[in-house]
Amino acid sequence: MNINDVILKTVSKAVVLIIFTFGIYLFFSGHNQPGGGFIGGLVIASAFVLMFLSYDSETVSDALPIDFKKLSALGVLLAMMSGVAPLFFGKAFLSQSFGYFDLPIFGKTELATVTIFEAGIALTVIGVVVNIILSISEDE
Amino acid sequence: MYLLILAILIPFFVAALMPLIHKRLEPFHLGWFVLLVPLVLFALFVSQIPAISNGDTLIQTIHWIPSIGINFTAYLDGLGLIMALLITGMGSLVVLYSIYYLSPSDSFPHFYAYLLLFMGAMLGVVLSDNLIVLYVFWELTSISSFLLIAFWYHRKNSRYGAQKSLLITVFGGLGMLAGFLMLHGITGTFSIREIIAVMVQYTDHGLFYPAMFLILLGAFTKSAQFPFHIWLPDAMEAPTPVSAYLHSATMVKAGLYLVARFTPIFGGTASWFWTVTIVGLITLFWGAFCAVRQTDLKALLAYSTISQLGLIMSLLGLGSAALHFGDGEQGALYGLAIFAALFHLVNHSTFKGALFMVVGIIDHQVGTRDIRRLGGLMAALPITFTFAVIGSFSMAGLPFFNGFLSKEMFFASTVNAVGLPLFGVPTWGLLIPLIAWIASVFTFVYCMIFVFRTFFGTPQLKKVDRKPVEPTLGMLISPAILCVLIIGLFFAPNLLGDHLLKPALQGIIPDISGAAPQISAWHGVNIESLMTFGIIAVGTLLFLSLRRWIIIYRLQPAGWTFTAFYNAFLKGLKQTANWTTTHYMTGHLPAYFSYIFLFFIVVAGGTFVYTDALAIDFTNDSPISLYEALLTAVMAIAAISILFTKSHLSAILLNGVLGFSIAIFFVLFRAPDLALTQLVIETVTTVLFLLCFHFLPEWTTERSSKRIKVRNAVIAIGAGVTVTLIGLTVNSGPLFDSISSYFENSYELTGGDNIVNSILGDFRAFDTMLESLVLFIAGLGVYTLIRLKLGKGPEKDEHQ
Repeated sequence: MNINDVILKTVSKAVVLIIFTFGIYLFFSGHNQPGGGFIGGLVIASAFVLMFLSYDSETVSDALPIDFKKLSALGVLLAMMSGVAPLFFGKAFLSQSFGYFDLPIFGKTELATVTIFEAGIALTVIGVVVNIILSISEDE
Repeated sequence: MYLLILAILIPFFVAALMPLIHKRLEPFHLGWFVLLVPLVLFALFVSQIPAISNGDTLIQTIHWIPSIGINFTAYLDGLGLIMALLITGMGSLVVLYSIYYLSPSDSFPHFYAYLLLFMGAMLGVVLSDNLIVLYVFWELTSISSFLLIAFWYHRKNSRYGAQKSLLITVFGGLGMLAGFLMLHGITGTFSIREIIAVMVQYTDHGLFYPAMFLILLGAFTKSAQFPFHIWLPDAMEAPTPVSAYLHSATMVKAGLYLVARFTPIFGGTASWFWTVTIVGLITLFWGAFCAVRQTDLKALLAYSTISQLGLIMSLLGLGSAALHFGDGEQGALYGLAIFAALFHLVNHSTFKGALFMVVGIIDHQVGTRDIRRLGGLMAALPITFTFAVIGSFSMAGLPFFNGFLSKEMFFASTVNAVGLPLFGVPTWGLLIPLIAWIASVFTFVYCMIFVFRTFFGTPQLKKVDRKPVEPTLGMLISPAILCVLIIGLFFAPNLLGDHLLKPALQGIIPDISGAAPQISAWHGVNIESLMTFGIIAVGTLLFLSLRRWIIIYRLQPAGWTFTAFYNAFLKGLKQTANWTTTHYMTGHLPAYFSYIFLFFIVVAGGTFVYTDALAIDFTNDSPISLYEALLTAVMAIAAISILFTKSHLSAILLNGVLGFSIAIFFVLFRAPDLALTQLVIETVTTVLFLLCFHFLPEWTTERSSKRIKVRNAVIAIGAGVTVTLIGLTVNSGPLFDSISSYFENSYELTGGDNIVNSILGDFRAFDTMLESLVLFIAGLGVYTLIRLKLGKGPEKDEHQ
């Protein structure tokens, strides 16, 4: 990289944060508005990709010691487990439930088990996408 | 609460624990811990005997995929109980025996994990009421058997035997699955009890006989019936405790169990009667005949197992006639055959288990199982000798051992079959007792070979590796218990008959309640006892003159065996596969694309032509807005330009234009979720492309002949036309009702306003879950492929 490097690095510091926030917002809004685990995961993954593009992968790996292969495995496991869990309550595989709770700050909030499932999907997507891009870019 | 289901799952849990606990138990042998599992389960099933013999049944269900009728339903009746007792009882003895048999260099956690896996799978087979669940456990027994046969995987023969047994039993299992699906197609249920209840109405259904033969295929391959018996002798490469457990006492009986379990569904028809009886009789004869020529003790026992399985199978076939007669004197007469089958099932497990353990002791203490190198072991191994006599005399059907009783009942059933006024029996019926008798003569001969050639005669100490001595006490406990059972069952057979065999008989044929007889050791001079006397007389003569007539075995040409056929088939399969693969895997990417697109055109376009589905109707279409027309034009221009670009960069960017235009389309059609996804995906892929771009070789124009260019153009245009036609036709032919109303109550059901995500996460979460799994596997694939190229370092090390 050359002259543009400084601008890219400076900009991405701010932008990455925005993308992360946007991704997390998308993830949580998915239940009632456009968004969800897949898109949220993709957006967060694109933030990671931007980080890896503007800084070299070693610097990022030092700052963020995440093994994305394990992250994707964890995601798949989480999605599967959230499917198995209802079996212990006498329900069918992958059946989800939801309820409304009064939480201290948020007030009346809806909590749904599908969020756990979606989190699994999101983690899988993040892990796989970043992992693929990392392995291609490191292939020299 | 869920006692039965727990009983099936406990072995799996303990098997999963194996790697964790085997280090912690260091001073103790892992086997002592494992032994607890079958012991506890055995106690559990014993505690069920009073209830079951009163005619009760136990049923427990866990819903698995209730929407298509697949539930984990455990069902315990007399038949299931008798099998479960065999599995856990023999399991305990075999685990105990294995503690002394295995050498310290063997990997205990692997061995016991496989054994427990098998135990759980087997319990699952005999206790499942659901066909699909039964099938899953059925194949698990094949897999665990594969792992156990290949336990000493450094031996070539072990690997060969394991592969052979897996290929043959899984082949049969797949046939069985097809049969199960047909049964479901006929009756609309996967529950065996429900199928039994409704099957009467469907006996003339077109799929009745295909389903029957496919299910029998599964049973015959599993129970090593002729001509699928060839895997069993090779399975003897497994450690001896495994042979005793899987390949004589339990797994091979899964096929018999299946036939017994399905008798109420298919029994009472001529096809079932003849197929099961004839296959059983042929197997009985061929196994006994081949056993005589074996020189390896374990191979001899393997063929004798085949023969005995055939005996039980033919009894099940003969007994199926009882269903035709129902509750009456005739029904009871043939019900006796099924009773005899169950009785012999138990007896065979006791004496064959004991005999395998005896062979294990000989192998362990002497170092060889070759009859030609053995002899005169009686003095050195007196206790083992006693076990061998008890086991083989029971197998030969001699008095004072339990084998005698069930053998007499077998003869009685074959004699009864001669007078059967059904299925065209009178013409050929006389052959049934005749074959049974001849096979039993051979059985007598090989039993005598087993005892006399091994334990009598002059000791050949020079030919054996070790000086034979009696093994440690622990190794003798298991066969001793079995020998006590062999003799005990002779003197008190009705204890077993009343409490286990009768309820099991009722589990198979509930109608003939009075069929279960009182077993008596001495039943007067009748045809059966005369047949036994004849066997002893002729058998002794044959054994003494063995050297004179053994040459008849050389009459069979060397290459004319089923094993040779199996080997030739595998070899041919490999060659054909190699030939086809080298011819279509050219390593040339355009070739692969042509296959894919050609296939697509033929299948999708062919369906259009074949079903006459091509109907394009523009009348109901909404008007095309200006934006849509513009977008389409942009996309068309971008797509066509890609064909003519000269550089990578512009191709990538044009591709991006296409993707973003699609995203705008989604916006126009008010699908924000899709638009969002498409935008992000497009961004990420463009970045990905740009990354790859750096490493791509220079863009060179491919020089290909005009013919190939024309061919490619035809394929490309064909694919494009097909896709366009599909798009236009789908829109004009509303074949199904719209499903959007189905999701209208998504908020009440899932608490989510966003229908798209409710579908993804709630209604069709199974799809989403599997898709994420596919994505994960694809990611691993990409990673591995790229790393493989990078990882030349370690590969070089290997070569050095």
